[in-house]
Amino acid sequence: MTKSWHQVFKGLSGAPPEPVAAAETGGEKKGGWLKRLRKGLAKSRQTMQQQLSAIMFDRLDAEVWEQLEETLIYADCGVASTVHVVEAMEQAANQGIIRDRDQFYTHLKQSLVDMFAVGDYQIDVSHQPSVIMVVGVNGTGKTTTIGKIAYHLKREGKSVLLAAADTFRAAAIEQLVEWGKRADCPVIRQEHGSDPGAVVFDAIAASRSRGSDVIIVDTAGRLHTQVPLMEELKKIRRVIAKQIPEGPHETLLTVDATTGQNGLIQARLFGEAVAVSGIVLTKLDGTAKGGIAVAISHELGLPIKLLGIGEQMDDLRPFDAAGFAEALVAG
Amino acid sequence: MFDTLSDKLQDVLGGLKGQGRLSEEDIARAMREIRLALLEADVNFRVVKQFVAAVKERALGEEVMESLTPGQQVIKIVHEELVKLMGLASTKLTFSSRPPTVVLMVGLQGSGKTTACAKLARQLIAQGKQPELIAADIYRPAAIEQLQVLGKQVKAPVFTIAGGKDAVEIARKGVADAEAAGRDVAIIDTAGRLHIDEALMQELAQMRSQVNPHNILLVLDAMTGQDAVNVAEQFQQQVNFDGVVLTKLDGDARGGAALSVKAVTGKPIKFASTGEKIKDFDYFHPDRMASRILGMGDVMTLIERAQETITEKKAREMEAKLLKAQFTFDDFLDQLRSMRKMGPLAGMLSMIPGIPKQLKQAQIDEKELDRVEAIICSMTVEERRHPDIINGSRRRRIAMGSGSDTHSVNQLLNRFKQMQKLMKQLAGGKKLKGLPPELLRTFNV
Ligand SMILES: Nc1nc2c(ncn2[C@@H]2O[C@H](COP(=O)(O)OP(=O)(O)O)[C@@H](O)[C@H]2O)c(=O)[nH]1
Ligand SMILES: Nc1nc2c(ncn2[C@@H]2O[C@H](COP(=O)(O)OP(=O)(O)O)[C@@H](O)[C@H]2O)c(=O)[nH]1
Ligand SMILES: [Mg+2]
Ligand SMILES: [Mg+2]
Repeated sequence: MTKSWHQVFKGLSGAPPEPVAAAETGGEKKGGWLKRLRKGLAKSRQTMQQQLSAIMFDRLDAEVWEQLEETLIYADCGVASTVHVVEAMEQAANQGIIRDRDQFYTHLKQSLVDMFAVGDYQIDVSHQPSVIMVVGVNGTGKTTTIGKIAYHLKREGKSVLLAAADTFRAAAIEQLVEWGKRADCPVIRQEHGSDPGAVVFDAIAASRSRGSDVIIVDTAGRLHTQVPLMEELKKIRRVIAKQIPEGPHETLLTVDATTGQNGLIQARLFGEAVAVSGIVLTKLDGTAKGGIAVAISHELGLPIKLLGIGEQMDDLRPFDAAGFAEALVAG
Repeated sequence: MFDTLSDKLQDVLGGLKGQGRLSEEDIARAMREIRLALLEADVNFRVVKQFVAAVKERALGEEVMESLTPGQQVIKIVHEELVKLMGLASTKLTFSSRPPTVVLMVGLQGSGKTTACAKLARQLIAQGKQPELIAADIYRPAAIEQLQVLGKQVKAPVFTIAGGKDAVEIARKGVADAEAAGRDVAIIDTAGRLHIDEALMQELAQMRSQVNPHNILLVLDAMTGQDAVNVAEQFQQQVNFDGVVLTKLDGDARGGAALSVKAVTGKPIKFASTGEKIKDFDYFHPDRMASRILGMGDVMTLIERAQETITEKKAREMEAKLLKAQFTFDDFLDQLRSMRKMGPLAGMLSMIPGIPKQLKQAQIDEKELDRVEAIICSMTVEERRHPDIINGSRRRRIAMGSGSDTHSVNQLLNRFKQMQKLMKQLAGGKKLKGLPPELLRTFNV
């Protein structure tokens, strides 16, 4: 079951949770993202299914496990998570829990879903104001994601203010301003090259005078290996905490679904630096499976909160572990 | 931290040097480690299979060289095969005899196309060429402004059509504009697009047929995972690109995608982008990439640069001193200066495999290094040789002489002592045993 935005955003008032309309969960353009995700998987799925049905499960032998291994590796789950899943499956097979095809897939999906069952999937906007900070490596989709979140929060009746704290990349401010226009939210900005902490300070002050409900802070892309830039992020965090003691209430890390094993290191190091509260997995509208999310959740205990499935304002979805697992191994 | 491939191979194959031939069993064990290393580096699993099979064939029965351990021998083979696969193709751009030479930059969203356009323009300007940039990304908010800002930075004109709604037309008119203005290169920046987005891929194909680019470059993020092969295959089918710009190599991604893409498309990696600054751009070096994919740091780069600045003899002397813990401030100053000649230290450290993370992440402040040099220069010959004699009054004198304070002098003395200790550990410790001796010799500072 797909979550509604009321389930995702903690602290929305007004209308009772409405289930997300079918059109919104996948029925739209190009046949829906889940379908596309599955289509992309078709090739590896086919070989896996062919292989598996050929052996009819009277022999759950090395070949089956190798197929499974390849499917997971191919989805970017990484060696460690793959081994973890395959071993658990093998054990289940030895105990007689997996005897046929259906059981095989049911069990597989469930193991993946279990690996995602970490942390709090909600995004906390119950404070007054709530501060959401968005961080991540260059080009992963921070600014776009902020535009999308702002749009959804606005639609749910929240007043949102954006802070243009990426003062580094050329035209980053202009990009956020454009998103502000699209989502109909004010954007607090300073000159290119100014101190991001000062922008955030201004934004908080502005939110007070305007009575904004949510402040979303856009930050410059940075590699987790760049120590001074990671320090800068910590500083932004301190600026927020000084004004709003519990803030930031959410620190979301954008991870590009095409990212391979480096995604895990990104999540670990950003997590250590600024206490990431959840992941936004972007660009799932391509053919990449985003399997690195499995490793991130499983190994670091970070929940995946949102999925980015395109460049438009409404191309954002609540993360749904069952659907995601399904798309990863579809059977 | 230290479980590099060389350490692992050392473990499974033993560390004795020159042990005859590699047995079949040895090779099977080694191939398992290599397979894992390549998968961890994001090389596509199908490519891994093929590659490992090829390497295995070559390794069978190969003689282990006198000077190498079996593990090192295997790494040498793998390294050579990787270089062979990724190299052997020109990294040069094709220049048209009738200017402007047209370069079309394509790729997924956020891969670094716009930045690469500006970087390439800068490189061309440095070579005496006159490039023009063409802003044909009409989709991403503020993409045109971004190229304009970057164009200003590198001093290249940027062609735009205000409110333009047709990317193909912008590209066409841009190239005509460059021609009319007598520019020799026209670099077209395009919108990021997914390889499965039919409409946008169609747009690219149209652009290609209308402007006939001499070079189409696929911009690929070094962090890309298994999907790199799909992306590359699709872009190849639709626009048949000529080469790859591999970006974000300044991070710690192993960059196996480079190998995957070369393996499935046969197209060479031409350029390496290593940072957000405009100058962080270079030709691609397959040998460095091979070390990187194997998780061996950028060993080759390091050796190369080190050889330029440090003579063999001097390095040997230094090593001998180091091992005997006779390392003095004179030697330190010497090493510091030759290292600084090689480039910023932070960059150097990050390339060395097996260097503890704390050390890599330590912020190296070049100004601080100036101060260190000044302090050492204010020491007498005797003090440099025997730092133990530096007492309170000597410290004050050194501080005054170098324009710093006693606190800084104390700090340096303490650090020097610590460093001597660390170096002794590193030189004697087993952690570094997998590294080439040149490296140990050079980086004994
Ligand atoms: N296809 C697709 N593109 C996306 C998605 N999210 C962001 N992008 C694109 O990725 C590029 C980089 O996004 P941006 O938000 O500027 O990234 P930032 O540098 O992290 O702020 C832009 O071209 C976006 O349009 C997504 O979910 N799907
Ligand atoms: N660290 C690093 N960042 C890069 C590199 N190349 C580009 N970027 C950054 O990646 C992000 C996306 O780059 P951009 O050129 O806008 O990508 P485009 O969407 O493909 O045009 C920006 O934040 C750039 O500053 C690189 O080599 N290293
Ligand atoms: Mg941004
Ligand atoms: Mg661009």
